[in-house]
Amino acid sequence: MYLIETKGIEKHYSNHLALDDVSIKVPQGSIYGLLGPNGAGKTTLIRIINQITGPDKGEVLFDGHPLKPNDIYRIGYLPEERGLYKKMKVGEQALFLAQLKGLSRAEALKRLKYWFERFEIQAWWNKKIEELSKGMAQKVQFLVTIIHEPELLIFDEPFSGFDPINVQLVKDEILALKRKGTTIIFSTHNMASVEELCDHITLINKSRNILSGQIDEVRQSYGSNVFEISFRGEPAALQQSLDGKFDLLNIDTENSLPKAQVRLNTQLESNKLLQAIIPVVDIVSFNPIVPSMHDIFIQVVQEYNQKHGATNN
Amino acid sequence: MNKIFLIIQREFMTRVRKKSFIIITLLSPLFFAAIAVLPSYLASLEVTEVRTVAVIDNTGAYTNVIPSTEYIKITYLKDTQGDIVKRNLDEAGYYALLVIDSTKNAYQPALTLFSPKQPAIDVMQHLENTLEKEIETRKLKGYNIDNLDKIMADVKTKVSIKSLKISKSGEEKESSTIVAMAIAYIMSLLMYMMVLITGQQVMVGVIEEKSNRVVEVIISSVKPFQMMTGKIFGMASVSILQIIIWVVMTAALAGVGINILNQKMAVKPTTEQMQTMAQASPEAAQALEAVSQGTNDGNNIMAALLNQNFALLIGGFLFYFLFGYLLYAAMFAAVGSAVENITDTQQLTLPITLPLILAIIVMISGIKSPDGPLAFWFSMIPFTSPVIMLTRLPFGVPAWQLALSASILVATFVLIIWLAAKIYRVGILMYGKKYTWKEMIKWINYKA
Repeated sequence: MYLIETKGIEKHYSNHLALDDVSIKVPQGSIYGLLGPNGAGKTTLIRIINQITGPDKGEVLFDGHPLKPNDIYRIGYLPEERGLYKKMKVGEQALFLAQLKGLSRAEALKRLKYWFERFEIQAWWNKKIEELSKGMAQKVQFLVTIIHEPELLIFDEPFSGFDPINVQLVKDEILALKRKGTTIIFSTHNMASVEELCDHITLINKSRNILSGQIDEVRQSYGSNVFEISFRGEPAALQQSLDGKFDLLNIDTENSLPKAQVRLNTQLESNKLLQAIIPVVDIVSFNPIVPSMHDIFIQVVQEYNQKHGATNN
Repeated sequence: MNKIFLIIQREFMTRVRKKSFIIITLLSPLFFAAIAVLPSYLASLEVTEVRTVAVIDNTGAYTNVIPSTEYIKITYLKDTQGDIVKRNLDEAGYYALLVIDSTKNAYQPALTLFSPKQPAIDVMQHLENTLEKEIETRKLKGYNIDNLDKIMADVKTKVSIKSLKISKSGEEKESSTIVAMAIAYIMSLLMYMMVLITGQQVMVGVIEEKSNRVVEVIISSVKPFQMMTGKIFGMASVSILQIIIWVVMTAALAGVGINILNQKMAVKPTTEQMQTMAQASPEAAQALEAVSQGTNDGNNIMAALLNQNFALLIGGFLFYFLFGYLLYAAMFAAVGSAVENITDTQQLTLPITLPLILAIIVMISGIKSPDGPLAFWFSMIPFTSPVIMLTRLPFGVPAWQLALSASILVATFVLIIWLAAKIYRVGILMYGKKYTWKEMIKWINYKA
């Protein structure tokens, strides 16, 4: 079951193509990473899902039906470039934004009270935004994004401007929302948090969707079948036992526990590798080396750019 | 609709609570009332200081012809050296010294007034007027006409035209061109200022929202059109509230002020001060003259003022302000959406402010012939009609013209806000570049 599905989205601006045949499927209740270099078209795609702008071609399905105006009450959006009215008081402003998302005044007040307490920011209610630090304002902003308990949340760089403690707080809140069944689209350049939080990803580059899938599968598929073996014994003996059959990339003998990195032709050869080395050394650990999202991102984007020319359009 | 209301409400509440709004709203009526009352007040001011003017008559022909008044005491000095008195005016307690010397022409004496400071206008006028009259009388006497005094008394005439406006039904009402002009000036200038200022406030508001990126947050819950119209109408509601407070407070203050003055003026009209004012500013003079004639001619100005159709004037002002403001605010909002910085707006706002400036120029000449073709056409053009129609309104405007002008204005507003919304919708999401009108016009055709 997909909460959001885009089909062949195309969007032109006056002198360039912002999105070219982009299709993504966001499963219900998942955290979906939207990745890509700057200017790739992520923000345009997010704006189309938010109905801020419309696609030239293609359609967006929300919960199985074509997107309609009232769906915005079921979506919460935290834009990357965000701000609040500087001269307005925090409480009033939160109330205003919550009401714009369709909550009644009374309901908005009740929920804000709960969240202000939960985030321990009750004291800010009567302060003006300009009196708060950037991180504090971000906290208020995060809170008003989720206040109407939408089914779909779109976070664009949600951690920017937060200190590590608040990053953790926001992360925990995002995971808590996921547990409650909220679907989350998460756009960021921070690959570590993508690995930590996302279930699925889509990589957009030069207006196109160049890589999509479940994050583990993506990482596995970009795994180059390299395994790391740490062992006790003679490195030379190990080297000999592999000779000709397996590709030894590197052997690190500086530590008391030597480590060898070996590339296999397919993943299914791991048993054969073990059989070959068990007689000569004591194996302490045997781990596949999975490429990080960071490496995959760089690799995929560079390969694509080489294939399609450095400039877009 | 509910969301537009929320936005209007936010705009209204944040603006109305600002200190600057409260101060301007409450202090302006004092200022307006002062404008209405001040000329009459100045006119009623009594000069309580008695000034002594010494006169040395070297001709011997003008001795004792200048009378003293309540506040100007005239002392004729005899057998005194003018030079000595001149040097010691202050010590002798003289305000000024008038020296009358003879010339070849007996009727044209050389008059010189010496004084330590610039002599007051009333003193000058008293001296000039009495001497002028004296010489005129003497000249007349030179013709040896019999019964001259009687003839003079008989000849003395004062003409005062009572102007009555006749409505179709034959009803006669006292009117005054000067009252109408004064009202026309005040209303059209006020309109010009308010449309310009409030329109620009909308622009500044839009720029603020865009540059601190609130737009990005709000735009996901509200359509750009709703956001723009909410802002414009929110500001409109603030201004209308302000105008209503102004009208009520000014009327109350001016009413009280004029009442007090009327009692005072009944006792003593003084023309000198008015003439002082007249020299200072010709515009004030008209208003002033209106007041002075009012006091002299049995308050018929007051009657003329009260006979102005205030319901029509205030209603007309509110209507033309509302739609004139809406029209301009829509254009200002479009400009605001295209920039991130107020300093970038100058070039873009020039084409918007130009018609308003033109309206003021037309108003100045149109006020002299409010039914002329110039005033007529500019009261039909929607970009100038809010100002020019108000110039014409106090003089009376045929109903069909009023209806036509109003309909054109409303229709243009609908068209302009539709176009402005299309520009705004694209503009608020564009960053990092300075845009020109040419590019902005292109945005109109962008797909949403």
